[in-house]
Amino acid sequence: MKVRAQFAFVFNLDKCIGCHTCSVTCKNVWTNRKGVEYAWFNNVESKPGVGYPKQWEDQDKWNGGWELKNGKLELKSGSRSSKLMNIFANPDLPEIDDYYEPFTYNYARLQNAPLSEAAPTARPLSQITGETMEKITWGPNWEDDLAGEYSKRSKDQNMHNIQKEMYGQFENTFHMYLPRICNHCLNPACVAACPSGSMYKREEDGIVLVDQDKCRGWRMCVSSCPYKKVFYNWESGKAEKCVGCYPRVESGMPTVCSESCVGRIRYNGIMLYDADRIEELASTENEQDLYEAQCNIFLDPNDPEVIAAARAEGINEDWIIAAQKSPIYKMAIEWKIAFPMHPEFRTLPMVWYVPPLSPVQSQIDQGNLPVGPDGAIPLAGSMRLPVQYLANLLTAGKEEPIISALNRMIAMRSYQRSVHVEGKADTRALEKAGITEEMALEMYRYLAIANYEDRFVIPTGHAEVTLDDFHGFQGQNGFTFGNDTSAGVSKITLFPRRRKESMEPKELAPSADE
Amino acid sequence: MNLHNFLYGVYPYIALSVFLLGSILRFDREQYTWKSDSSQLLSKGNLRVSSNLFHIGVLAIFGGHAVGLLTPHGWFTALGVSDMAHQMVAIWAGTIFGLLALTGGAMLWLRRMFNARVSAVSRRTDKFILSWLLLTLILGLSTIPVSIGHANEGNPGVMIALAEWVQSIVYLHPNPALLAEVDTIFKVHLFFGMTVFLVFPFTRMVHVWSAPFGYLGRPYQIVRSKRSFR
Repeated sequence: MKVRAQFAFVFNLDKCIGCHTCSVTCKNVWTNRKGVEYAWFNNVESKPGVGYPKQWEDQDKWNGGWELKNGKLELKSGSRSSKLMNIFANPDLPEIDDYYEPFTYNYARLQNAPLSEAAPTARPLSQITGETMEKITWGPNWEDDLAGEYSKRSKDQNMHNIQKEMYGQFENTFHMYLPRICNHCLNPACVAACPSGSMYKREEDGIVLVDQDKCRGWRMCVSSCPYKKVFYNWESGKAEKCVGCYPRVESGMPTVCSESCVGRIRYNGIMLYDADRIEELASTENEQDLYEAQCNIFLDPNDPEVIAAARAEGINEDWIIAAQKSPIYKMAIEWKIAFPMHPEFRTLPMVWYVPPLSPVQSQIDQGNLPVGPDGAIPLAGSMRLPVQYLANLLTAGKEEPIISALNRMIAMRSYQRSVHVEGKADTRALEKAGITEEMALEMYRYLAIANYEDRFVIPTGHAEVTLDDFHGFQGQNGFTFGNDTSAGVSKITLFPRRRKESMEPKELAPSADE
Repeated sequence: MNLHNFLYGVYPYIALSVFLLGSILRFDREQYTWKSDSSQLLSKGNLRVSSNLFHIGVLAIFGGHAVGLLTPHGWFTALGVSDMAHQMVAIWAGTIFGLLALTGGAMLWLRRMFNARVSAVSRRTDKFILSWLLLTLILGLSTIPVSIGHANEGNPGVMIALAEWVQSIVYLHPNPALLAEVDTIFKVHLFFGMTVFLVFPFTRMVHVWSAPFGYLGRPYQIVRSKRSFR
């Protein structure tokens, strides 16, 4: 047993309202720079839909993630030698149009245009070429709130095994939001695919990063990540990805997307796992067993043996306590209501999702839905969102764990309804879903109330342990003496200089007194 | 010192020094700029064909030049390779891989110059180095009819002189006089070729140094620790 700690997430899809606050805060902090205007480390997709980049879930098209070849775990995009053979032109690399051509608008035109019959328009400009664009045709959430034709949206991979025609009818339409960031996988395909060895997983918190100095721009990580969450910065020529907001996390703060989430759907916490079992569990033969396999890699943070092994690995006491209080552990392991997205990619992702219940009130009022033991709350299988769809997204198609999770969430509601509406606790639904009253109350606290200190249990990075002389290091941050932001280096250089300004129209609008 | 002696006695050392020192300095000081600078994301187009043709062609030509020019003449005779056989291999391999590289390079050049996105994000050095490599290639291919002429006369003298000149540079006994009788087209090609080394550290060419063969022997997963002790 080799105990390692992982900084992990749960997103409670039941409460996501698709407001994109997470995306916007992330964009403003990390990717409002030249070369990554098109990159959204965090984006929110409307499902069903093909997403961003288009069809990212279709690994027959992109060859991302891992697969079993003769029982052995191998990158789906091919072996090490085939990577080198394809290095001059990566056959699986998405093109910018699969994401979208980044654009801005010529806003000044609205004020500078000469007097005319028709109102002037601000036309879109490409942030790559600076030229006017005819039409914007895709974006990080182009299918927002089920926009677009059903025939196109239903190409969603998760519609596999589902009667598409039925859900195309207005009365049967269903919809959910899917916020996505890097999954900081336990078995990351991007790290494995990097020819120059510039990508790595941090031992202390498991955050996956790209060493910007060592990256040579071979682009294999971009295509090998099955979630398409490694991006190519076309200006710097380097790979960039979600950094798990590590400077915040090291200080004990949640990631900026989690902190700013207005629906309080995001949970950050620590999971202890056995690093010796990664390959074995990722090689689980049946895809539908991968969810359970990943549950088995996690270690019980209250087990004295695990605690001793964690201490032996040098894991700080704070981190062990944080793992014991981890909201992730509660939801994923104790309550079994959170699931990894697409476990069949075999990367052992560490952003888990609580599946959404559907809005059902009017259906209940009309008496259209079969109800559970309390006679009020509907059965999971009768909800608007097909369970098969959620299962295709979260458990490689296996329905039982999803149904069980939905039932537990419904039971918790049913119990709370009986307490607050009927005035006396009705525990029939709880018993049927296999949870105790105590557990239901805790689930209510974490899911419905979602207090800050319950959502975020983040130990600090303990720089005093990782630095040789932390007193000596004090006061050194905040200044850079390198050749990037400092003015201490001559303006003339023979080597290529970074072009930092993003493409924006230079034309100025008139000032107010003109 | 006349121009000939400068170009073939001094210039090679300037080019090689800048090539080596410049590469080391850039690697040390400006590692963030050290990259292949791929533009595949912006336009995939026919890169599968053009980029592969160009890279395979250029690498084969580079290897051919290295072996053909740096191997001492005595070794070839010891191995039983006659001068005429050597010349025929050089002509054929040069023609085949030269044409591969030229085809791919021309496609890449058209893309670099006329694809709106690629052209817009290109640096001047990107456009310059690709054009310069293409000119060097065309000059190199233009020496082939001359070499065929020599081969038909059964005269390997020029080929041997070129190899001995390169070796004289490497052994630090520059002997530009060896090139006195060599056809002009070879000399122009030499100048263009040496200039590639001169500008190498200031262009995207530096990614050649980083060919990732280490990947073949590496475990898939990489974990880095911040802890400085243990």
